[in-house]
Amino acid sequence: MATGLFSSTAAKLVAAAGLAALAASATAVLAGPNDNKLVVDGKEYVTKLPGPEGGPLKTIYSGWNFRNEATQAMQLDDFDNPGFVNVETGEQLWSAVDGEAGKSCASCHNDASESMKGVRAQMPKWNEKAGKPLALEQVVNACRETNMKAKPWKWESNEMLSMTAFIGSHSRGMPVNVKTDGPMKEWWQKGKDIYYKQVGQLDMSCAGCHEQNFGNMIRADHLSQGHINGFPLYRSKWQKLGSAHRRFKGCMKNIRATPYKVGGDEFVALELYVASRGQGLSVETPAVRN
Amino acid sequence: MERMLCAVVACLMALGLSINGASADPVAAADVKIIDGEVKTSLTGQPGSAVKGAEWFKNRKLGNCLACHANPKMTDEQFHGEVGPSLEGVADRWNEAQMRAIVVNAKEIFGEQSMMPAFYRTTGYTRPLKKFAGKSILSAQQVEDIIAYLQTLK
Ligand code: HEC
Ligand code: HEC
Repeated sequence: MATGLFSSTAAKLVAAAGLAALAASATAVLAGPNDNKLVVDGKEYVTKLPGPEGGPLKTIYSGWNFRNEATQAMQLDDFDNPGFVNVETGEQLWSAVDGEAGKSCASCHNDASESMKGVRAQMPKWNEKAGKPLALEQVVNACRETNMKAKPWKWESNEMLSMTAFIGSHSRGMPVNVKTDGPMKEWWQKGKDIYYKQVGQLDMSCAGCHEQNFGNMIRADHLSQGHINGFPLYRSKWQKLGSAHRRFKGCMKNIRATPYKVGGDEFVALELYVASRGQGLSVETPAVRN
Repeated sequence: MERMLCAVVACLMALGLSINGASADPVAAADVKIIDGEVKTSLTGQPGSAVKGAEWFKNRKLGNCLACHANPKMTDEQFHGEVGPSLEGVADRWNEAQMRAIVVNAKEIFGEQSMMPAFYRTTGYTRPLKKFAGKSILSAQQVEDIIAYLQTLK
């Protein structure tokens, strides 16, 4: 379903998503997150946990709990999850030789189910060589360029989304656990500043929608807390997988703000900060949203 | 003689009046003054149209008021927002001048942190998309139309 506050697209796709019944009356209230449990392959994911003392959220909820049952159902079984097409493509790319060095990811990292376990949960992560935190996409490209002598992939390309979905799938069920201290502190603060800054012609901040109004309907959209534990995720509006940066960009455009650059320092800082707000949620990559 | 007439016309125009008195230029957004929470006179010198106002109210590219406010009188629209209060009976709570001030610049009435956008303001934005920079969300007449519509919500 379309987000598009102040856009024309939101209206049409709604009925299809099966929300119609819920909102049949003008004043229908979804009233907050639902309590459905996310269990995949017999394993229960943490989609709800108490927020840290003094933090902005009393209870932390995954975006999962704000979706309707039709959307949720697609994430309950990997066969129904459209994101798994990319996971499979990613698996093939993992051992595909590319670049002048004649190597694949597997040449250095062997079995991804071991070497990539927990990686997604810690991203973005400090990179000593770069002297800054890197998002998963950047780490993948750093390997491609330096170790494989291969061309970097575009951020939102099918290859990159497939690789980050594949790597992310090896963290599924593990708690988001980003570092925010040491050299990360400054980046975390920068991300926080962006999160609370009112921008655009609609003059809103991320916090206005995802902290002050989660659980409320904004026209046809049920506002979540805007966590990124499911990224890259499949979104029916996109009809494909998308990165967290793509989502940030979309939210900024909806409030008629000039987005920061996808893959730029600002969005990496924002990614770090947003990840830290969802500390402890299970990684759901590739999640399904509408 | 001709020159004199021109001077008079220019002078009238500068005052924001038009010669035949029918339609004045709207007050520019930067010149609207909210005093004691009110904007007393019409931004266009004209009354608004409640019928058009209802359209702007639900239109996702214009007022999109329904994104945040429920309106029990708009039963033809399926999705009503919950971010702001329901506007049921809003005309009993605020007078016309107050409603005009709220729509022109809610931040001046409810505070900078209010979620409600300023609909008739052209400056003071951070990183607006280029195509909206220096522009207000609504035109003066659209604001008046919405005010006329809000007054029917009793
Ligand atoms: C005008 C309201 C609004 C603003 C402002 C806004 N968002 Fe969103 N955002 C939405 C809506 C609506 C959705 C889709 C439903 C949901 O998950 O909340 C969404 C979804 C998201 C998601 C996906 C969550 C998931 O589980 O799939 C993320 C992440 C996100 N937003 C982050 C941000 C960030 C970061 C900012 C600031 C740069 C921001 N948003 C600003 C309305 C907004
Ligand atoms: C993105 C959210 C949002 C949009 C869009 C929005 N409003 Fe509001 N509005 C609010 C909030 C929130 C309040 C309550 C004051 C506050 O907390 O800032 C409010 C308050 C009001 C009030 C006072 C209501 C009362 O009962 O006290 C009026 C009148 C009003 N809005 C009219 C409008 C109109 C007309 C439009 C469209 C042109 C509109 N609003 C668009 C969020 C919004």
